[in-house]
Amino acid sequence: MFYLLAAVIMVCSVLTITSRRILRAAFYLLCVLIATAGIYFMLDYQFMAGVQLILYAGGIVVLIIFSVLLTSHISQKFAKPGLARVIPGVLAAVAGFVLSAMTVLSFPFQPSGQPAIDNDMRTIGLQLLSVEKNGYALPFEVISVLLLASMVGAIVVAKKEKSKEKP
Amino acid sequence: MQHVLIVSLFMFFAGVCGFIIRKNMITILMSVELILNAVNINLLVFNKYLFPEQLQGHFFALFVMGIAAAEAAVAIALIINIYRRLNSINVEEVTEMKY
Repeated sequence: MFYLLAAVIMVCSVLTITSRRILRAAFYLLCVLIATAGIYFMLDYQFMAGVQLILYAGGIVVLIIFSVLLTSHISQKFAKPGLARVIPGVLAAVAGFVLSAMTVLSFPFQPSGQPAIDNDMRTIGLQLLSVEKNGYALPFEVISVLLLASMVGAIVVAKKEKSKEKP
Repeated sequence: MQHVLIVSLFMFFAGVCGFIIRKNMITILMSVELILNAVNINLLVFNKYLFPEQLQGHFFALFVMGIAAAEAAVAIALIINIYRRLNSINVEEVTEMKY
């Protein structure tokens, strides 16, 4: 089951970056995000999988398709990027991947034998709002301010200017 | 455990490659989302297998997801504004502030 999800992720991510129609690239991105949520379910992180499905697959991909509809012709095919751009990109990505894969595979990871903490909503909620050692109340407040700022910023950037006409 | 790390590495470098290759701004944003998702998988796998008694990777991944959502919203607002001025979303045509 994991290998099926892994194959879906790998194939669809390559198709996302090389597809020539933008709506198909958005669809392959949606497949990648849903398969990632499947991996989170397998890792026993149900809350993160739920948040991933709601936020990414149901929010960001919808936003992307919105902006595709607003800004370009849907059925327009991209021109192939010239070789001068493809070759350094592919070279950098492949070199980076080989280097990091060799590093990851040669490091002896020891799975820890300690008892796993319970990953239910009660623990997550208590830790998210507590101010003691394992508490995350400060990043929680900071990220709410950040979301407010980004909302205000997006509205200001994207609103139409009032055209001033002199009669 | 290394198998999941290889998958997330592949997704990360696919996102990097797409960021360099693509000319349309929206596809560049899609590659950035791929990169952020790969980082999230990495964080959660490390949390589950190496430190199962604390939830630090879990909360880090949660905050990365929140920041990614905020950044995608602002990026799309910027793309819409650029489209209104220049009538194209090609990266090579945004040269007004070039020295």
